[in-house]
Amino acid sequence: MGTGTPEGRQDTAAPAIELRGVSKAFGPVQANKNINIRVRKGTIHGIIGENGAGKSTLMSILYGFYRADAGEILIDGTPVQITDSLAAIRAGIGMVFQHFKLVENFTVLENVVLGAEGNFRLGPALAKARKLLADLAREYEMQVNPDALIEELSVGHQQRVEILKALYREANILILDEPTGVLTPAEADHLFRILKGLKEQGKTIVLITHKLREIMDVTDEVSVMRRGEMVATLKTSETSPTELAELMVGRKVLLRVDKTPAKPGAVVLQAEGLRVVDSHGVERLRGVDFNIRAGEILGIAGVAGNGQSELLEVIAGMIPGTGSLTMNGKPLDLSCRHDDARKRRLAGIGHVHEDRHRCGLVLNFMAWENVAFGHHHAPEYNRNRLLMDNDAIRRDARGKIERFDVRPDNCWLTAESFSGGNQQKIVLAREIERNPDLLLVGQPTRGVDIGAIEFIHQRLISLRDEGKAILLVSVELDEILSLSDRILVMFDGRIMGERLPDQTNARELGLLMAGMTGEAA
Amino acid sequence: MSARAMPRWADVTLVPLISLILAFALSALVILAIGEDPVRATQLMVTGALGSTYGWGYTLYYTTNFLFTGLAVSIAFQARLFNIGGEGQAMLGGLGVALVALFIPWPNWWMAMIAALAASALAGAAWAAIPAWLQARRGSHIVITTIMFNFIAFSLLNYILSHVLRPPTSMDPATARFDSTLRLPRLADILEPFGIEFSRSGPANVTLFVALAACVLVWALLWRTRLGFEIRAFGESHPAAHYAGISGVRIIMVAMLISGALAGMMAVNSVMGGPQRLVMNAVEGAGFIGIAVALMGRSHPIGIIPAALLFGFLFQGGSELAIETRIPREMIVIIQALVIMFTGALDNMVRRPLEALFLAFRGRS
Repeated sequence: MGTGTPEGRQDTAAPAIELRGVSKAFGPVQANKNINIRVRKGTIHGIIGENGAGKSTLMSILYGFYRADAGEILIDGTPVQITDSLAAIRAGIGMVFQHFKLVENFTVLENVVLGAEGNFRLGPALAKARKLLADLAREYEMQVNPDALIEELSVGHQQRVEILKALYREANILILDEPTGVLTPAEADHLFRILKGLKEQGKTIVLITHKLREIMDVTDEVSVMRRGEMVATLKTSETSPTELAELMVGRKVLLRVDKTPAKPGAVVLQAEGLRVVDSHGVERLRGVDFNIRAGEILGIAGVAGNGQSELLEVIAGMIPGTGSLTMNGKPLDLSCRHDDARKRRLAGIGHVHEDRHRCGLVLNFMAWENVAFGHHHAPEYNRNRLLMDNDAIRRDARGKIERFDVRPDNCWLTAESFSGGNQQKIVLAREIERNPDLLLVGQPTRGVDIGAIEFIHQRLISLRDEGKAILLVSVELDEILSLSDRILVMFDGRIMGERLPDQTNARELGLLMAGMTGEAA
Repeated sequence: MSARAMPRWADVTLVPLISLILAFALSALVILAIGEDPVRATQLMVTGALGSTYGWGYTLYYTTNFLFTGLAVSIAFQARLFNIGGEGQAMLGGLGVALVALFIPWPNWWMAMIAALAASALAGAAWAAIPAWLQARRGSHIVITTIMFNFIAFSLLNYILSHVLRPPTSMDPATARFDSTLRLPRLADILEPFGIEFSRSGPANVTLFVALAACVLVWALLWRTRLGFEIRAFGESHPAAHYAGISGVRIIMVAMLISGALAGMMAVNSVMGGPQRLVMNAVEGAGFIGIAVALMGRSHPIGIIPAALLFGFLFQGGSELAIETRIPREMIVIIQALVIMFTGALDNMVRRPLEALFLAFRGRS
């Protein structure tokens, strides 16, 4: 498809990045199909697409983690071979990953020079980095203490270190992969100010995100990916969130959730003075009181890492805690010795873990094995005391796969080979169809494509309408606002306040999430 | 992200096969380098190990050992536990066999064998239990502890053989010979009714069938029972197992006990089936070769059978080589090491290009 033909050039300057006909396949999966894109110098260029659309693969090719099967990469108009990340750095590309690549027990300064120490003696590199850090801090409001240990820094500051690392390597092109997932709204705003400052200095920024609002706020141009293909590149000022959403999904989507008012019944779970201390002795939950009733969705809003994960895990019996938890009137044992998670399932608590890759699924197990996972003691999955009934499990799995529209509908594939949304559907099918009295749901739509999000939201609401209680934890405020019947906001292991979704807004919740009480708003 | 680039059959057959060919090619170079003829060496190994029922008798005898230790390493590895202690567990298994055989007057061989299997399994499991407990409860790394327990087992056995079980008239740190009623039927005895002639001197015996049965049982345990499901789940992902309410402590203990029991049972072959007495080096490194067998067999019982046979062949063919040529016995260790290195450690060296090849083919079609 005319990859080499010179097109009519309206830009005088060569684009900072130009990809021509880049393709990449993983086995039968075509992750990138003939991608053509030009990122103009000195702009912020957004790339959006559903999870599994191929954004991350494309960026990994650009950063030398994967080799493209076909196609060309041009940086500033010159073709380059990016064989590894070192070559990418040499080409002036810096990457800020979603999961930071920092050495936790090194200082900021040490992390910045790591891998670019220059020569045998560390001193000169450190001195140079210290000076540069001071300059950058002044220029872009990127104050960080160069001598602080990474583990002592907040996530927002750790991200700054990642950016500084790239700048120290003289990156002219900065790629950020889902940079705001872990930030508070205020931190995200600050990040965008930094990015705009960098742009004014002539740096080119590629922003990968699935948040339409961010695209609209900061980018100059935006490229939309769908199923491995680049479907459009638009000027941000000439498009709208609705148009982008449609391009991403390839059809019209409802960004709102339809639901009837809740009809709360009896209290299902009652928590009093719930505390969790982690293995480092840090108190993660500092006395939490709440209850959930049958037939309601209780949403927990908060920036990741403020105790929500611990809240779900202590209720699910995965970590020990103190205080009291009462389920259907019966107290639960919080000491968490052996297989408490199993006992909680028997007590009627289902758990969609927020990290389906690490916990919710065994990635190398086949889909049918994952359908039984955690419930493999259930009588219908077993022939007798000794042997499992694999045929029965597979039959059940086929039914679940059909009812939850998991694609491809093959229960012999490993969980790993499904896309994020379909993996999540497998977990949800498993947990919802057990008909739990209480369903714990962590980040139900993280890394899930928009089509599947609608489906998952509908399933959760219909479970609620059947009179089940749902505890929903999500960092997506929109999700919390649209699904919940009541909202609790958590900050630093405490509940900052309770709100009703129709009497609050993202701004108020955002302030609570940052630890400011309602009155200050 | 690791979408399958290769069909499964290629993964389980082509990769080990090519690795093996590479290992043999490199071995041939080493043999050339010491001034011997690799073609003749190969001929000697093949005829020595597979050319006669006498050779087969030894090859299958070693294979039996490796089946047990290979299974032992595999089942632990399914829970991602590296049981390096097969050697020590088998030594203790030998002790169990010797005690049962020496001190109980058995009326016939099969009752003695069943008791010996039980005793060796128990002893092996007990020896594995301590490192397992240390891992499960104290987090002491099982690799370190099982290695240390090999040394302790060696010293313990040495002490018991030289001070407790050695007949007063003997200078050798070994037990007395077992009663002749305890002699296990050899392949020659078993095949005779079928009219098949088999050498009487090859020590392969009825334990081979026990080992093959153990392969089936281990397979059924891993893929047909809840315990196996939990062992595999725990091995794949500790956090996921924790999420599912699978007790890690229990899985570590159970997997290691079964592993130790299997390693221990090897002694029935190498003590009762072979020399009919417990000697110091009854294990002959089979505990370690079990690691290679498990690696090559992908920790799957079906893979372990050919892998054990291969190492049985190398072991027997190697000793023939040492007798017939100037090639030192150590050469065999080198060949084994190369096979282990290529099939186990350098797996990706073969896999990557092969995957690329498959992709290229698919791209064209």
